[in-house]
Amino acid sequence: PALGLFLFTIARDPLRIIILIAGAFFWLVSLLLSSLIWFIAVKASDPRDEPLQKGLLIFGVMFSVLLQEAFRFLYYKLLRKAIEGLVALSEDGCSPISIQQMAYVAGVGFGLMSGAFSMINLLADSLGPGTVGIHGDSQLYFLTSAFMTMVLIFLHTFWGILFFHGCEHRRWWEIAAVVVMHLAVSGSTFCNPLYVGSLVPSYLLMAAAATWAYLLSGGSAQNLRRFLLCK
Amino acid sequence: MITFMNNSDSEEEPCNERTSLMSAESPPVPSYQDGLQASEAGGAQAHRKRRTGGSRSPNNIADGDMSNSGVPVRETTSENEEEELTLKYGAKHVIMLFVPVTLCMIVVVATIKSVRFYTEKNGQLIYTPFSEDTPSVGQRLLNSVLNTIIMISVIVVMTVFLVLLYKYRCYKFIHGWLILSSLMLLFLFTYIYLGEVLKTYNVAMDYPTLFLVIWNFGAVGMICIHWKGPLQLQQAYLIMISALMALVFIKYLPEWSAWVILGAISIYDLMAVLCPKGPLRMLVETAQERNEPIFPALIYSSAMMWTVGMAKPDTAARGPTQQMQDAAEDGRDNHRSPLCTDSQRSEMRNPGPTRPITSFEEVEEEERGVKLGLGDFIFYSVLVGKAAATASGDWNTTLACFVAILIGLCLTLLLLAVFKKALPALPISITFGLVFYFSTDNLVRPFMDTLASHQLYI
Repeated sequence: PALGLFLFTIARDPLRIIILIAGAFFWLVSLLLSSLIWFIAVKASDPRDEPLQKGLLIFGVMFSVLLQEAFRFLYYKLLRKAIEGLVALSEDGCSPISIQQMAYVAGVGFGLMSGAFSMINLLADSLGPGTVGIHGDSQLYFLTSAFMTMVLIFLHTFWGILFFHGCEHRRWWEIAAVVVMHLAVSGSTFCNPLYVGSLVPSYLLMAAAATWAYLLSGGSAQNLRRFLLCK
Repeated sequence: MITFMNNSDSEEEPCNERTSLMSAESPPVPSYQDGLQASEAGGAQAHRKRRTGGSRSPNNIADGDMSNSGVPVRETTSENEEEELTLKYGAKHVIMLFVPVTLCMIVVVATIKSVRFYTEKNGQLIYTPFSEDTPSVGQRLLNSVLNTIIMISVIVVMTVFLVLLYKYRCYKFIHGWLILSSLMLLFLFTYIYLGEVLKTYNVAMDYPTLFLVIWNFGAVGMICIHWKGPLQLQQAYLIMISALMALVFIKYLPEWSAWVILGAISIYDLMAVLCPKGPLRMLVETAQERNEPIFPALIYSSAMMWTVGMAKPDTAARGPTQQMQDAAEDGRDNHRSPLCTDSQRSEMRNPGPTRPITSFEEVEEEERGVKLGLGDFIFYSVLVGKAAATASGDWNTTLACFVAILIGLCLTLLLLAVFKKALPALPISITFGLVFYFSTDNLVRPFMDTLASHQLYI
């Protein structure tokens, strides 16, 4: 689905592609920094201590989430400046791309990158020989991973919209809500492989974020009805 | 993989022959490319040039120089409009470059992942005589540094040689050289590549069919690149050639040497293009003095083929460039820029010093393309291919390098728009790529692996 999103909405406009790639880049940098921190922490600690390792991992995950949001904010700042530049350069005084579109594209960029990093090694391994879950792990590993990745990509997209909107209108609670949601989703994955605990809340959160973003972008129930009935 | 540092002589020979020809090709090409292209790529490095539509050719250094030298030009469009046009088409140009670079990288990565041949070590080029199969780390490092020094000096010598040839107007020699190198590339390397791919997929093909296929491929390629041909076909050929070249590099450069060479090439590129005494710069200036962008075009077209090693003939950008050129033909003075003339020349086969008055009447709004040297393509692909071949984190590292290179390309284009002269396209992208490769491989991979094993998501 994410690829479909990309193809239909972004691939047409070159500016969007650039914003997408830049978004992916920012996510990558945030990942880099957070893994650096985690790596240092692991090296500095005792590798044989299981609970400590788990604790460090949790800490790493949380820290990474916070860093991602921080980078989203930085990216927002960069895009603001870019929009001003674009407006100055355009002929009729208005920018060729609005901040909402940018928010959407940035969200997709983040999401695609995070999804790619989560899934791609799995996909490559799934081509090879092997049985899933032979050691007593869940047999649904691939399926659940796929669904989780998809929900995460969508969530990133919606969070992008919400986040930028919050920054635009200076509503700090929106930004805080995004951060909290992200933390909640990551935290819910801690109950894997008890998939009920992680997939269900994530999907619920995604639905909530989707409606919120939709309303923020100016949609309404009426628009939806009209669209569905093809009026 | 088994490292056969020095296989039997017979095996080494073909490599050497091939590579020796290649090496020869590379250095000259870049420098001459640059000169010809007017800034296009600095030798081995592609310089991005963005031509703006209309009279202003901001991006070409040649253009700039041209205008400075009093060449007429500038159409009535105001500077502001030029700038706007430039930046407006800026995104489009970036994408025009993204696509071929991406395609090239995809081809290289796909081949590396599937065909075993390119990751086996079967000897080394004679340009990297020191083997890396030594027991101690210090020794290995030393060997790779020595390899790099040798390689870079070969490239520098070639570049200077090319500049000298160009200065003393030995055009025929250069032309013949280019034709020879492209011939070798198109036929020999394609033959090897096809053979290996067929072996991997266990598809049998008899010799007559093979001969027919390769002959057609090579002949069309030669015509397309050196003469005229449909734009997309030309671009496709250039991409394929770059990919082939990159694959050869990936196979024959030992690991540490490859990374050090990549770094050194970026630095060399930076210096060669920006220093006043740099060979590439001299080439560009000479071309400008002589006011003969076209001639380079002759070589340019053949040079395109050049692709070996360092870069440069216009790669995919050629397509757009050519379009541009045609468009620019309609009396704009920008044609002066080597970029312009180059394409025109290749179209027109007109070696005259002035731009030929073309009969093309393209729409003025025809997009200007950006030019990127083939060497840049090759080195980007080498970076990504090496990442795919040797990284243990597999796809994550490859993906990270890919994004890093694209972002570097974006930044370089941005700088191009700001400075409006030929810039080396290698340093920024390669630096980003290297940084991301090493950091992803060592830092991110354990993190992601641990996350994946617990199925945690960040």
